Amino acid sequence: MSRQPSTVRTTILAAIAAGSLLSIMVSTADAQENRRRRRGQEEAKPLDLTPEQVASLTKVANDRKLNVDDLLAAAKTFTPSGRHDEYVLFASGGQSGHMFAIGVPSMRLLRSIAVFTPEPWQGYGFAGMDDHAREALKINGTPVTWGDTHHPALSETKGDYDGQFLFIGDKANARLAVIDLRDWETKQIVKNPLTFSNHGAAFVTPDTDYIIEGAQYATVLGYGYALPDQYQKSYRGMATMWKFDRQKGRIDIANSFAMELPPYWQDLADVGKGASDGYFFVNSFNVEMATGSVAKGDPPFEAGASKRDMDYLHIVDWRKAEAAYKAGKAKPINGFPVLSLETSIAEGLLYFAPEPKSPHGVDVTPNGQYMVVAGKLDPHVTIYSIEKVKAAIAAKKFTGTDPFGIPVLDFDAVKEAQVELGLGPLHTQFDDKGYAYTSLFLDSAVARWSLGGEYAPLHAERPWTLVTKTPIQYNIGHLSAAGGDTVHPGGRYLVAMSKWSVDRFLPTGPLLPQNFQLLDISEPGTVMPVIYDLPIGVGEPHYAQMIKADKLQSWKVYPQVGWNSHTQQPDPNAPRPGSEGVIREGSKVLVNMTAVRSHFVPEHVEVNEGDEVTWRITNVETAQDATHGFCIGGYNINLSLEPGEYEEVRFIADKPGTNPFYCTEFCSALHLEMAGYLHVKPASKIGAVTPEGAAAENK
Amino acid sequence: MSRLFQSLIGPRVPAEELAAHRVRYLAPTLVFMAARVLLLVSLFLPYWRMELVAPQYPDGLFITAYVNHLSGDVREVDGLNHYIGMRPLGEAAAFERAASVWMIISMVLLVEGAAAIHSRWAVLLALPAVTFPLGFVADLYYWMRTFGLNLNPEAPLSSSIKPFVPTVVGEGGIGQFKTYAEFGPGYWLTVAAAVTIIVGFVFHRHAYKTLAHRLAWPTGARA
Repeated sequence: MSRQPSTVRTTILAAIAAGSLLSIMVSTADAQENRRRRRGQEEAKPLDLTPEQVASLTKVANDRKLNVDDLLAAAKTFTPSGRHDEYVLFASGGQSGHMFAIGVPSMRLLRSIAVFTPEPWQGYGFAGMDDHAREALKINGTPVTWGDTHHPALSETKGDYDGQFLFIGDKANARLAVIDLRDWETKQIVKNPLTFSNHGAAFVTPDTDYIIEGAQYATVLGYGYALPDQYQKSYRGMATMWKFDRQKGRIDIANSFAMELPPYWQDLADVGKGASDGYFFVNSFNVEMATGSVAKGDPPFEAGASKRDMDYLHIVDWRKAEAAYKAGKAKPINGFPVLSLETSIAEGLLYFAPEPKSPHGVDVTPNGQYMVVAGKLDPHVTIYSIEKVKAAIAAKKFTGTDPFGIPVLDFDAVKEAQVELGLGPLHTQFDDKGYAYTSLFLDSAVARWSLGGEYAPLHAERPWTLVTKTPIQYNIGHLSAAGGDTVHPGGRYLVAMSKWSVDRFLPTGPLLPQNFQLLDISEPGTVMPVIYDLPIGVGEPHYAQMIKADKLQSWKVYPQVGWNSHTQQPDPNAPRPGSEGVIREGSKVLVNMTAVRSHFVPEHVEVNEGDEVTWRITNVETAQDATHGFCIGGYNINLSLEPGEYEEVRFIADKPGTNPFYCTEFCSALHLEMAGYLHVKPASKIGAVTPEGAAAENK
Repeated sequence: MSRLFQSLIGPRVPAEELAAHRVRYLAPTLVFMAARVLLLVSLFLPYWRMELVAPQYPDGLFITAYVNHLSGDVREVDGLNHYIGMRPLGEAAAFERAASVWMIISMVLLVEGAAAIHSRWAVLLALPAVTFPLGFVADLYYWMRTFGLNLNPEAPLSSSIKPFVPTVVGEGGIGQFKTYAEFGPGYWLTVAAAVTIIVGFVFHRHAYKTLAHRLAWPTGARA
């Protein structure tokens, strides 16, 4: 056969194939283009202001008395509708018992997350008897329905936030909560079996194997009793290592343990990483073991606990401690395994380094080489080197022991530097430019100072020097830089969390909001302006962590209809369309209900006074934001049923009468019609004929 | 009888003729084959889709119709449709969806048959495949019209949304929704297949009409 025919054939086939492909591509591209145009998603063009626009901008600025810095601050923070923030700040909610999620740089409050306090919008703690949240909020059987949330910790992988879980400590009641960031709900609350209150919680190890909860006010471990004259003998501090099971998303209490510590009022903690991986560090501020008692003529705690110039930085080798616990060297107190001080000394788990003076925060640099202790009553931050600490331990460079026999390292042998910053240094965060940032409570300022060692080449300043201070309004406590306590800080943003706002906002009566101030830390050197003030009028936040928004992989709706958010899987008991109805067994009534825009099935439920009612509801919606509520007045019941979610409510129908129930989320145009009736037949009428209409609904 | 059969299936190609004009006789077969491939591929691609855009659905809702099933936000659209009393989409064109795969396979076999028949009657075998795109549109319109015009009068919004015929292709609107309907690549493949078949017939008639002519008047053909 000649070559020519096969060429022709190929050409014809190719032409046909190409033609059809082209037509498909054109039609698809057209459709995409049309859709894009419809939604107005054209790329933003570079700004080029006309003289008229400059004039109108100037007029607005003059009318509102804004200067150029104000305009720049506005431009750095204003986030147009529909545009998302770059970071999310997870802030403790203080006495509200909640957590707050705040977008950065817009500083818009995105959501609160109920943790230690029932919250009706989220349906947290309003699902009747045996409600998961209500049960979790009981301490030894007693409901404790508030918490003092202090220090959130995002779960970490290799020392960076991974966006999976969030932990938060409750100082008032020594509890620790686990929040699952797939659905932003609290999944677990554990109560410390040793102590009444905590402070150094929560801090995670670099891969979130453990969550550390440190005590604060020393007590008799295991809820014991002793008067102050027994202080040194009976009172103790502690640090608990809660084992985290990432697969289950729960703290594994059975594999957790604690370490006994002297009664020095342990304060904040931080976990080593990189060079200091395997250690954690805890400050203390009452090595004086002052017991207060102003009434007896003794100095109050505030004076008694501040007498000495030095307190003790606790240096704990937690990997060794874990090994000791696994080797069975812990003894139970109140049923919980505790490594005693004797064991810690014998095994070399615990060392002290002197630290000035009643310090507050200890913060580990991103590379893990330095621990920065903020002096509180001392104008310096003191920087310790982990290499020097390890060398000093190896060479036994001790100046002696404390009264409990714990070796005290030679201060000069472990100190790397001291930087004088100003009055009341509390907490330190880090950026990507070799700077550290320390809050100065009394100065009401954020100090930027330069790190040394391998950080020195990153900045132009001399190592270990104060670079600049930005005034803060007022009485700053914690501060949070983007990823500022991880191995890879993001720089750019820092939020200063101030205790007092005094004159910053419109007066709100004698109780004033806290003030979250956003600082732009993107430029090196002395420029570090405040660019936004956010009043927090719901509780007094303490620490916060700022995570890159794209690290959060939240669900938009639950993965399947009939989802149990407590077990995080589909629930076999979840009612489905077609399986609704009311089932009676003696005095027990089971209601299977579905919710969909805009009705419940069934819409009438008949029970007898005194019946024990189990009411199961599935929101069968799959559209984002199609949340339904469900409330029954008079029974303290309100659910938030997010798309796909299943919940069970149990209650005794002890309020006779015809009681409407309704959807409490404005779900649709016919939301008001999304209602029904619970008919609780009075005990006096039981045995009478049932109205036919309602009986038909109850089939 | 055999003469009628002969005239129906058309002339067979003598071996020496085939050897002399291979391209001429292979061309219609290959082009038909291409059309058959296009039809088969279309089974796996969307035939039609509609996007519904409303303020509270900034990402839009999508309904994608394959020749044998619906995908996309069917559940959500059904949920919304209950307000205006429209029946669930799954109830539309149930027979067509069930039969479609076999229909297309039959059309493919018929086109294969058309390649084997060398008379003009081959056109009849190819007719279903050629008219299929039109049939699809007609059926789609029928169901849209039937569903749109037969709304449940007891539906919550029956007083504000009157029966209507949804737009089959292009922009339409219902309530706060704007709808954008378009054919998908699967449908365009069936159009391409129809066009390809017509092109195939140009080759087909060129080859076999000439052949029949030549066989009837052998000398004239050689002149």
